[in-house]
Amino acid sequence: MATTSSPSHLAGLGTSLRPSPATRWTQTFLRMCRRAPLGVISAVLLIIVALIAIMAYDVAPFDPLKTNFAQTRKPPSMLHLIGTDNLGRDTLSRLIHGARVTLFVAATSVIIGDGIGFILGVLSGYSGKKFDMVLQRILEVLLAFPTLILAMLLLIGLGAGLRTVIIAIAVTRVPGTCRVVRSVVLSVREYQFVDAARALGASPWRIMRRHVAPQCLAPWLVLVTVNLGTAIFAEAALSFLGIGIQPPAPSWGNMLGGVLAEAFKPPWWLVIFPGMAITLTVLCCNLLGDSLRDLLDPRIRKRLG
Amino acid sequence: MTRYLATRFAGAIVTLFGITLLIFMAMRVLPGDPLAQISSEGQGQYRLSPAELQKARASLGLDRPLYAQYGSWLADIARGDLGRSFWRGEPISELIMRRAPITAEIGILAVIISWLIGVPVGAYSAINHNRRGDLIVRGILTFLTAVPSFWLGLTLVLVGILYFSWRPPLTIIYFWDDWRGNLQIVTGPAIALGLGLGAVTARLTRSSVLEILFDDHVRTARSKGLSERVVVNRHVLRLALLPVVTLSGLALGGLLGGSVAVERAFGVPGLGLALVQALNERDWMVIQNLVFLYGVLYTVINLIVDVSYAWLDPRIRYG
Repeated sequence: MATTSSPSHLAGLGTSLRPSPATRWTQTFLRMCRRAPLGVISAVLLIIVALIAIMAYDVAPFDPLKTNFAQTRKPPSMLHLIGTDNLGRDTLSRLIHGARVTLFVAATSVIIGDGIGFILGVLSGYSGKKFDMVLQRILEVLLAFPTLILAMLLLIGLGAGLRTVIIAIAVTRVPGTCRVVRSVVLSVREYQFVDAARALGASPWRIMRRHVAPQCLAPWLVLVTVNLGTAIFAEAALSFLGIGIQPPAPSWGNMLGGVLAEAFKPPWWLVIFPGMAITLTVLCCNLLGDSLRDLLDPRIRKRLG
Repeated sequence: MTRYLATRFAGAIVTLFGITLLIFMAMRVLPGDPLAQISSEGQGQYRLSPAELQKARASLGLDRPLYAQYGSWLADIARGDLGRSFWRGEPISELIMRRAPITAEIGILAVIISWLIGVPVGAYSAINHNRRGDLIVRGILTFLTAVPSFWLGLTLVLVGILYFSWRPPLTIIYFWDDWRGNLQIVTGPAIALGLGLGAVTARLTRSSVLEILFDDHVRTARSKGLSERVVVNRHVLRLALLPVVTLSGLALGGLLGGSVAVERAFGVPGLGLALVQALNERDWMVIQNLVFLYGVLYTVINLIVDVSYAWLDPRIRYG
């Protein structure tokens, strides 16, 4: 009767041709597992770390700030799985809550920094001319400092604190991202589909949004994962130096600060475990970035294989 | 080449001006002036009455308009006068002269270590590409690039204390005064920085050697009957190492940043530790000029790398 509804004799055919979304997702996942096993493992590990960080209050066995002077500098035991620090605080709980701080700082600063870098890169690459010239000069100044020094300089200006650490690290991520995105835009701009869009009368905004920016997403995504690792490094180094996240709030960086200075015989677990946490998380970010790059760029994959 | 050099130099000078502006903004404009930071007026702890503050500002020239302060800072730098430490009154140029040799030594040693590790390992990995040895090496290298160098430093110190009852000396000992003592200071930080850099060098050497390994001239060398060792040493490595050398130049700049945390881990009295100390004490003149020094060094190193690239590769010169 109703001609718009699909004919009943084709209903079964349609479903058999087009697998349900769930099946498609599983298939994609299995294909990823085969092509980039390390990348998948890294991604899963990162998700687990992130979940632990999010649920820190439920997962951590102790209060990370609660001091216990009867239990100072205790080596790993059944009660305190990776020992206690010089104030008797449980290291594992501090590590878990530190993950919360460290990952939050890294994730937000990368989202902000790489996001701004992406937008500026597209604008700068597509518009060219004066805007591009001025922006590149400004970015060159930001690039003229080693990451850590630039972050330190910004922290002096902004004052220490969670928010300012995020801003400082975010700013250090902008110039590199902007450059990469800009170089992609410069080559994409010359493609015929951009010419075609222009010939059809599309406004520059529309071309940038609908035609140029999507092309830059893949390399940008790779950059984001790698930058996540760099941001974790930066937070760790800044907090270790005592100018990032301020104690008593734990972060993976400030847990390492001052460990060796005070104790006559330093508790090794206070040095080893936070460092391992940083290393493994950064390792996962790097591996994930490598896999993404290989998956997204078939040329590289062929050459390396 | 002359034109390339001219534009590149002009660009570097513009960047240097930008650096001074950025530093001045971050140090003097954003947080209020340095006295505000030290005193109770801002985040500091020293209680000063408004009259005292006024007097102190006048004596330091901080009551002048910002552009005048900026101008006189630039003039001071141009004259080579870097001012004095706010708390100790020591000339900053002396502080730099005293501490810079240690930091420079650490940086250069780290680059040498990265070569000693990175080049052979990378070449081995490339020659045996996709065999078991290569896979193991690549696994280790990937792991090493994820290790923060300052944590590696802390671990080295920890091992030293626990197993060898050795602690890094905390004083400045120059190589020309007592080379044994000096090496005790600089070797640890150089290893901590050099291992990570070595991993990067090895990865680059591997890809660079792989690219050249199947070139025609290498096949010719092989067909002449040269041994594999001679082929690799003479015909492959020599070409493959060009990008590695340039990377090391850039890395030296990167080490400037990394060395700050590593020096802190070992307690080495280099420039980085001076900067950290100044930050904690809010010794603004020291921070301002040390950060400027880092910026200048980094810019100059980048300039040298760029120019050497252009010198080696004509495509860049005329591009």
